Amino acid sequence: MFERYIRPMWAFVFRDWHLTRRYMSWVVVFVFYAIVNSATIALIGKAQDDFRLTLTLLLGVLLWSFLSAMYNEIANSISYERWEGTLEYTFMAPVSRLIHLSGVSLFAVIFSVIRTIVILVGLVLFIQVSVNGANLLGVLVVLLVASLAFMGLGLMAAILPVMSPENGAQATNIFQGILLLVSGIYYPVSVLPSWVQPLAYLSPATYALEACRKLMGINHPDSTSDKLVGAPLSSVLPELGILLLMGVVLIPLGLWVFHTAEMWAKRTGKLKRTG
Amino acid sequence: MLTLESTKTQLAIEVSDLKKVFRKRDGLRAPLKEEWALKGVSFQVREGETYGLLGPNGSGKSTLIRILSTLLTPDGGTVRMLGHTLPEGERELRRKMGRVSVDAAFYKKLSPRENLLYAAQLYGLEPRTAEKRAMQILEQLGLESRRFGDPIEEMSRGMQQKIAIARALLINPPLLLLDEPTTGLDPKSRRDVQAFLEDLRAREGTTILLTTHDMAEAERLSHRIGFLAHGRLVAEGTANELKQKAGTESLEEAFIALTGEAFDEEELES
Repeated sequence: MFERYIRPMWAFVFRDWHLTRRYMSWVVVFVFYAIVNSATIALIGKAQDDFRLTLTLLLGVLLWSFLSAMYNEIANSISYERWEGTLEYTFMAPVSRLIHLSGVSLFAVIFSVIRTIVILVGLVLFIQVSVNGANLLGVLVVLLVASLAFMGLGLMAAILPVMSPENGAQATNIFQGILLLVSGIYYPVSVLPSWVQPLAYLSPATYALEACRKLMGINHPDSTSDKLVGAPLSSVLPELGILLLMGVVLIPLGLWVFHTAEMWAKRTGKLKRTG
Repeated sequence: MLTLESTKTQLAIEVSDLKKVFRKRDGLRAPLKEEWALKGVSFQVREGETYGLLGPNGSGKSTLIRILSTLLTPDGGTVRMLGHTLPEGERELRRKMGRVSVDAAFYKKLSPRENLLYAAQLYGLEPRTAEKRAMQILEQLGLESRRFGDPIEEMSRGMQQKIAIARALLINPPLLLLDEPTTGLDPKSRRDVQAFLEDLRAREGTTILLTTHDMAEAERLSHRIGFLAHGRLVAEGTANELKQKAGTESLEEAFIALTGEAFDEEELES
């Protein structure tokens, strides 16, 4: 069990950690940029002297930062391997795709949680916003449950570089952009064109945001800029249920789609570095 | 001349009528074009044998190795290795074979130690045992231990290729697929690798399938040699048998005589 499953899964965490370590200066630059970028968005609320708007933007930017970092780690894992030329070696290792992608996803979750905490601390220090009274533990639970659904989406997006060595990596960004647009990260979904709004219900980020806004107490009438009235976790059970269901459907679906793409790539010779 | 012990009679590789076609179109509306990479290749390799496949670029060598490596699905024919038929026995087979390709594919920012430990864990090996074995192989190949922590991108191609060989041997595989392992290496590194492979075969009895452009290498390392041209196995036998069959002095002349093809100058130099 340990030799066949756990150790091979850990191999991907080991690899990604050492790659992150070797690229640490870039990681620091990107986190710094993420803090600055997040601050510029959250300061729009400060300028309006509206703590609800500030917190809505802050939550949106943090949640999107977490989910997109995780999605990117998974979706781009195949692109990285193509650039390095290691894809064939990974694919000929005696490791099931479930173990392979679970290892990649495990590192992605750990990395994204740490990155988000660093950004949160940076933001709170910089824009002096109070989260006193918010159910932050509940927010963390929602993020972890939502990450299951985003893993599934990441797995599906990861096939794009398998199918098209030339354009696949770029296409994963289009997919991510659509999610950002339809999920109402910084605005209510109701301001989207009516024909786009149904897509919001298909995005896990929509439900994660809804739940987190309640847990933070952003729209609670008794919340003030000094003391928020965060809801208990039990009040977001419907959103958690939907997120869990999405994860349960999207992860096996993602694995199946990935397996199908891999079989196709093995028939057409697309696993080769140059395609 | 290399001969194989007569006691080794089990087949390690059985390839029968193997076919592979690649289809592509030049434009959206252009019709699909078919390019046959393998047109019905058959050969067998016995346990402990080193079988050299010689062929110029585009002859189908890499396609064949990639099918045997479980990275490409054939369009016809059968492959059976170490008692496992592809694709059904793919998972078990992957545990028993190592591969070295012409491009030493690594995470270039990581050190040899990190790359090898990653590979070892992928195969379920205990990291400490794997590290010991990897360092042993690298030292045998002439790599200085003080370089084990440096990023691979700072190392020469010869050193990278030696690390690739160490990676393939971590699991002590009974079958080794070597796709032009010495192409582009300096003469010293080339000799180091060849001597190591001879030693490995003598110690472990590893079955080796080797593709190469290098006639001298094929002659030195292989018990038998197959000539591959335009996706077909044109002739096979020991180096002497092939030379006799063609009535030539050298293996290169035998290749030209039997296949009607010559290697490019560039291929021979590499």
